[in-house]
Amino acid sequence: MSQPPVGGQQPALDPAATMDSQDKLTGEIESIGADYAAAGRLETQPRLDYPPYRSSLLRHPTKDPHHADPETIELWAPAFGQRDVHPLEADLTIQHNGEPIGERIVVAGRVLDGDGRPVRNQLIELWQANAAGRYMHKRDQHPAPLDPNFTGVGRAITGPNGEYSFTTIKPAPYPWKNHHNAWRPAHIHFSLFGTDFTQRMITQMYFPGDPLFALDPIYQTIVDPKARERLVATYDHSITSHEWATGYNWDIVLTGSNRTWMEDDAQDEEH
Amino acid sequence: MTQAPELKLVPTPGQTVGPFFGYALPYEKDSELLAPGHPRSIRLHGNVVDGDGAPIPDALLEIWQADETGAISRETGSLVRDGYTFTGFGRAAVDNVGHYTFTTVNPGPTESGKAPFIAMTVFARGLTNRLFTRIYLPEDTEALADDPLLASLDAERRQTMIAEREADGSLRFDLRLQGGAETVFLSYPRES
Repeated sequence: MSQPPVGGQQPALDPAATMDSQDKLTGEIESIGADYAAAGRLETQPRLDYPPYRSSLLRHPTKDPHHADPETIELWAPAFGQRDVHPLEADLTIQHNGEPIGERIVVAGRVLDGDGRPVRNQLIELWQANAAGRYMHKRDQHPAPLDPNFTGVGRAITGPNGEYSFTTIKPAPYPWKNHHNAWRPAHIHFSLFGTDFTQRMITQMYFPGDPLFALDPIYQTIVDPKARERLVATYDHSITSHEWATGYNWDIVLTGSNRTWMEDDAQDEEH
Repeated sequence: MTQAPELKLVPTPGQTVGPFFGYALPYEKDSELLAPGHPRSIRLHGNVVDGDGAPIPDALLEIWQADETGAISRETGSLVRDGYTFTGFGRAAVDNVGHYTFTTVNPGPTESGKAPFIAMTVFARGLTNRLFTRIYLPEDTEALADDPLLASLDAERRQTMIAEREADGSLRFDLRLQGGAETVFLSYPRES
């Protein structure tokens, strides 16, 4: 570490924050990680208040979330199906006239709830940068080429065992303005629904062994090392196909359903 | 109700939606749970602001609600709207000044005597995980007074979850992610 951690001092806001060095950011990240390890209290979700991610400074609630017992509407989730999503939307490489440039990959896995039950017939949405690290988005001004054959957007409905499979192009890392010389590790954004609305989540999937993990204040918003590794896919040669695409496995676990166990409970009482 | 059983698996962590969801998450008629101008329709709208009160121009909101009778739709078709089926789900990206608009209906109570509300999730760049809240309708003051969640909050906090009814029938609901009048955000059982 080439600079001491900042400990308690509020970092400068955008755009001045873009002048901070990676060493300064890494110092902040390591300091928070050391404090977390010393505290000995397990955290498995990202911190809302994570100063190294500068955009979070004015956008995180300061009050603890208020406990709610879910009511009927929250115990159900919207229904999606074949009317909503065509099966070909899971292939991001066939949306245009030509072949996209880059490393063709398959990302496949299962969506489960916190009880290990498959989440069936539910919507998964995905979006990502292209093989040069550029998003199809008007606010992305990174001077890397757009690929006219790659939009980087896919959707699928999970199968009877909660399974999904996307064919896409491996995204590249890209720079952003959190601090000077800031780079995001390559990632794919995933959006998921469960059986209950309370299970709604959006997250990011990463690739194994990325050298940018330790430097990235978004990946590091999850302060527990084991918890953040849950976002890293596994290379899986059984998903890789001969002369076609390499394969990655990534299973996603949603929070626990509050409807299914109550239904089971009610059934047990009837017996 | 017995105690909820412990989870068998640890849930995958969330992450910020980031800034670049524009081609992925918004879709045609995403915020129109029924057609604008439909005799049943109302407008639900408001601003999303940060801890300085400045508009957040890249937030994404979702709502999930019952219909006027309190029935919960099990219909598919939220992503490809046929113009007639009420699916109960909508999504809206805020505009450049942090304002959002949904076209929907006033939800009825899902159980008799309960205060009707719309469930909402909030996503934004800079927000590291989704937030949940409820948008209560302001009219049934007796049901609001009996609502266990609202009863557990002091008056000022409670008010952040109750929409305002405007003269034209619209519901106004502002979201403040941080600060004095910070919106109440919710946690539920079995999150970890």
